[in-house]
Amino acid sequence: MKTLAMISGVTATVALLAGCAGGPSRSEAEYRQLAMETIKRDFQTKGQAKYERLTADELQQACNAHGNNPPEGIAKKLSEAQYATIKRPADGKYMGDWKQGEKIAQSGRGFTWSDKATDPAGGNCYNCHQIGPNESSYGTVGPSLLGYGKTRGDSAGMQEYVYSKIYNAKAFNVCSEMPRFGHAGALNEQQIKHLVALLLDPASPVNK
Amino acid sequence: MKKRIVLLAAVAVAWTGSASAQTKDANAEFEKFRAEMEESNPAELFEVKGEELWKAKRGPKKVSLADSCDLGQGVGKIEGAYVKAPRYFADADAVMDIERRIVWCMTEKQGFKFEDIAKKPFQGANDNNAPDITNLVTYVASGSRNMEFDMPMHDAKVRDAFETGKAMAAYRAGPYDFSCNTCHGADGKRIRMQNLPNLSSPEGALRGVLGWPGYRMTGGVMLTSQWRMNDCFRQQRFPEPKYASQAVTNLIAYMTGNANGQMYKGPGIKR
Ligand code: HEC
Ligand code: HEC
Repeated sequence: MKTLAMISGVTATVALLAGCAGGPSRSEAEYRQLAMETIKRDFQTKGQAKYERLTADELQQACNAHGNNPPEGIAKKLSEAQYATIKRPADGKYMGDWKQGEKIAQSGRGFTWSDKATDPAGGNCYNCHQIGPNESSYGTVGPSLLGYGKTRGDSAGMQEYVYSKIYNAKAFNVCSEMPRFGHAGALNEQQIKHLVALLLDPASPVNK
Repeated sequence: MKKRIVLLAAVAVAWTGSASAQTKDANAEFEKFRAEMEESNPAELFEVKGEELWKAKRGPKKVSLADSCDLGQGVGKIEGAYVKAPRYFADADAVMDIERRIVWCMTEKQGFKFEDIAKKPFQGANDNNAPDITNLVTYVASGSRNMEFDMPMHDAKVRDAFETGKAMAAYRAGPYDFSCNTCHGADGKRIRMQNLPNLSSPEGALRGVLGWPGYRMTGGVMLTSQWRMNDCFRQQRFPEPKYASQAVTNLIAYMTGNANGQMYKGPGIKR
């Protein structure tokens, strides 16, 4: 509460602390605290984007506190906990239909305040990845996945890994920029299977 | 002037047609359009409207902003105000970006209600006119054309806004674990074909603040930096930042501080 009063007005204390002109007057941790308080004060629910989304979960908190690079001990514990969240298909099958996977990969819908909460979310995959050879409008936040199955094969182990990666990317890279699609409830089991097929099925254009 | 605006509208419509393709060609095409339009920027239309609004006696108190509003350079003065903000305003005891400051003047000096301004602060895709506040920001920004960004980083309060904005840009939350830095934290990244400036570098930060307020060819609307922040939070799957809040000022301060010393070219054109 005290810090809250300080940012809205910025009190005399700050000016005093900032005797050495130019440099930041507080530690990074203090600015992180101020940032969080500002965010909690200055945001509001809109559509399905509820106010509660502002609260970071345990994993997000650790990534925020450590500049996306938590110490090894913490990282290991967290990624193990993320790994434990992965629900695998009961039928043990990981490969769906790559054609449907392509459609899911194309759609950038989902979870914004302008999306209807009742509409299914897309995968947003092309926003960040090159995938199929026929889509030239792809993002580069993530690595290219063109030829993914051709180079890695489609073994049972690969299928399980790709399914798990899409379900919860943080199980393998604790502060990955990639969303946790299964964990977040953005994509269901069947949709993730279709995406596995898009990346691994030898018949998928990705692997031609 | 009028003839030019008709011509501009035609160019903008032509552009919208190809924008949906979102290909590499569309990017190149846009650059060509922009080059052609640089000479006769549609933002000028909004500047003219903004100038009229700035000088008119308005609001319950029937006073003009020209006679009452100090943007940091003296009452009524717009020269350099845009590139020297965000800055600290003692009368409001807050660091404000220019849009927020004009809103403050409209409420404190002219007597408008904040709720009325905040109800619809940005031009929507089907709106014929931009809100008054957008026209005003565009006019004020035109007073900094071809001047260097010069946000007063030596002021401890401005520095606090900058550092808090920097920390906000790194804050991950929400269903997709996104922060600003997910999309704007490294060089050379894209979402689909849209280039994402790295806001932590001087070049990237400049791209983040250059050309705002800007005439957006997609939809043919005039939009401000406040709108850009709002729409990026939408893409971030966050709730909405309140209009003209400290949170938005902090992010604008973070980008402007990193862009300091580089040239602002005035209200611009966006894709
Ligand atoms: C916001 C960006 C973003 C989105 C959206 C995204 N990814 Fe990723 N993805 C990344 C990044 C960054 C990496 C690399 C870091 C890592 O492995 O965590 C990655 C890695 C991967 C990998 C591992 C690559 C390897 O070398 O093993 C796979 C597979 C993958 N993504 C598939 C997908 C699929 C399928 C989707 C859509 C459902 C998707 N991604 C959506 C950013 C994204
Ligand atoms: C999920 C992706 C994503 C996130 C998260 C995101 N942005 Fe953006 N940002 C974009 C896209 C896409 C554009 C549009 C680029 C274009 O139109 O060419 C953009 C454009 C911008 C621009 C304008 C760049 C220009 O050339 O004019 C600024 C400034 C900006 N973002 C800042 C931010 C800030 C600050 C945040 C955090 C509050 C943020 N963004 C979060 C995707 C994102």
